[in-house]
Amino acid sequence: MKVFNKKNILTLVIIVVFYAVVQTLISIGIINSYYEITIATICINIILAVSLNLVTGFTGQFSLGHAGFMSIGAYVGAIINMEMNSTGGFLIGVIGGAVAAAVVGVIIGIPTLRLKGDYLAIATLGMAEIIRVIFLNMEITNGAAGLNGIPRYTNWLWMYVFTVITIILINNFIKSSPGRACISIREDEIAAEAMGINTTKYKVMAFALGAFFAGIAGALYASYFYFLKPNIFGFQKSIDILVIVVFGGMGSITGSVVAAVLLAIITAFLQQYSELRMIIYALLLVVIMLFRPQGLFGTKEITDLFKFKKKNERIE
Amino acid sequence: MSLLSVEKLTKSFGGLTAVSNVNMNIEKGELVGLIGPNGAGKTTLFNLLTGVYAPTTGNIKLDIAGNIKEIGGLKPYNITKSGLARTFQNIRLFKDLTVMDNIRIAMHQNVDYSMSQALFRSNKFYKEEDRLIEEAEKLMDIFKMTHKKNELAKNLPYGEQRHLEIVRAMATKPVMLLLDEPAAGMNPNETANLTETIAKIRKEFNLTVLLIEHDMSLVMKICERIYVLVYGMMIASGFPAEVRKNKRVIEAYLGEDV
Repeated sequence: MKVFNKKNILTLVIIVVFYAVVQTLISIGIINSYYEITIATICINIILAVSLNLVTGFTGQFSLGHAGFMSIGAYVGAIINMEMNSTGGFLIGVIGGAVAAAVVGVIIGIPTLRLKGDYLAIATLGMAEIIRVIFLNMEITNGAAGLNGIPRYTNWLWMYVFTVITIILINNFIKSSPGRACISIREDEIAAEAMGINTTKYKVMAFALGAFFAGIAGALYASYFYFLKPNIFGFQKSIDILVIVVFGGMGSITGSVVAAVLLAIITAFLQQYSELRMIIYALLLVVIMLFRPQGLFGTKEITDLFKFKKKNERIE
Repeated sequence: MSLLSVEKLTKSFGGLTAVSNVNMNIEKGELVGLIGPNGAGKTTLFNLLTGVYAPTTGNIKLDIAGNIKEIGGLKPYNITKSGLARTFQNIRLFKDLTVMDNIRIAMHQNVDYSMSQALFRSNKFYKEEDRLIEEAEKLMDIFKMTHKKNELAKNLPYGEQRHLEIVRAMATKPVMLLLDEPAAGMNPNETANLTETIAKIRKEFNLTVLLIEHDMSLVMKICERIYVLVYGMMIASGFPAEVRKNKRVIEAYLGEDV
C-alpha cells in the first residue's frame, strides 16, 4: 500500500500525539469545561469552514447557504440519536445526517449551480431559508420550541476524529484529478469545459461533498449542545462560516483551520468585554481585509512553508 | 468520408444570420485555414464546431476511423471527448495554476480512477497520478516547456502563454486541433516559433489542424487549403495560390473596383 509512505506515517503520528496531549490536559483539568466548549466550537467550525472552502474557495461557487446543510445534519442526527440512544446510534445519526445533507445538496445544486457569482449567493441564501422555515413548521422537529434533551455522546475524541477525517478527505479530493477539475472551474469555466471537464457535474459534486461535511458538523453540534432550534441556523450562521473561510484564505485548507482557531480564541478572549465584543471583532475583520484581502494564507497551505523548493509535485 | 464534414450549417441570432449554409470538409492530416474579414462569422463557426453554440440547422460530423458521430449541438466537454480540442482567441489559461497543473487538468478525461479511490487514496490512484505526471512531462519535453513546469501560467511571457494553450489542448489527446487566431498579438519572432510548433504537431502527432487567422503571411505560408468566409457565407475555398487570385476574395478584403 503506497498510502503508508514516510510522510503520511509522520502525519499520523503527529495527529495521534496532538490528540493524546489535549486528552491529557483535559484529564488533569488544565483545560476546564469552559475551554472544552471552545474546543468543540473550534472543531465544528473547522469542519464547516473546510467544507465551505471546497465549494467557495476551490470550486469558486459563492454559497451563502452552508448553515442550511448544517441544520439538516443536526436535525437528522439528533432525531436518529434520540431514537437509538447509544454510541452506535450517535454514529449512525452523524452519517445519516451527512448523507441527508448531501442528498439535499445535490437536489439544490442541480438547479442553482447554473447561476454565477452574486446570483448564486442569493439563490443559496434563499434555499437555506427555505430549509429553516421547513424545520420551523415540522412536527418531528418540534417547531420553533426546538428539540431538547438530545443525548450527548460527543466528546473530544469524536470531535477530533471527525475533524481530522474531514480535513484529510477534502485534502485528498483537492489533490486528485476530480479536485483539479473543480479548481479549473474556479480559474476559468469556459476553458475547463473546453478541456473536457463536465463543469455541472463537478460543481454539483463539490457542492454535495461540502454539504456532506456540513451535515457532519451539524450532527456533532446537536450532540454536543443537546438543544436545537431552527433559528440557530439562520443567515447569520452562514455568514460566520464564510467569514472564517475568507479570513483564512479562499483556497487554503490550513488557512481555514488556522482562522477557525484564531477567531474562536478571539471570541473567547473578548467574552469579558461583552459590549465592545462585536465592535472589536468587526473592526478586526475590516483591518484584515484592508491589509490582506486574500486572507491569511491566500491559496497557499501552511505545509508550503516547509518545502524550501519544490522538488516534484508527486502526491504522497 | 472526411474527418470533419460540415453540411449546410446555419446559425442565426434572432434576425441576424451569422453563419449561413456553410459546407466544409477537412481530411485527415490536413492543415486548413479559415479566413475572412472582421465580423465574417469565423468565430461563430468555430463556436459551433466546439459546442459553445448549437447549430440552428445543419450537421457537423466527425469520422474517426469509420466511426461517424454527429457533434453539432453537443456540450463542449463531449466534443472535446470526441477528439476535437481548441485554443482561444483571447488566452484562457488557468492563470493561477502551474504549467504542470494546466496540462494535468486537460488530461482529466483520460484519468482512470473513481472518486472513492481518490478520497481514500488507493494504489490505483497513486499509479494513475504517476502516469499523469509522466505523460505531462513527456509532452512538456516535446514542446520544450520542461524548465517552466512549476511556473504559474500568468507569469509566462505572452508567446509562451499561447504556446501553453496549444500544449494544453494537445494533452486532451485530440484527433483534430482548432486554433483560434494563434498568432494574434505576436511579434515576428514568436510567430516563427508558432509556425515551428504547428509543424511539429503535425509531424509528431499526425494531427489535423484548422486555424482561424488574420496574419495572411502565416496562413498563406503554412495552410494547405483555405476556406474564405464573408458575411457568414463560404465564398471561396482551395489552395492558397487559387484563393489569393479569387476575385470575390479580393473584393471582400479590398472592396470592389469603382
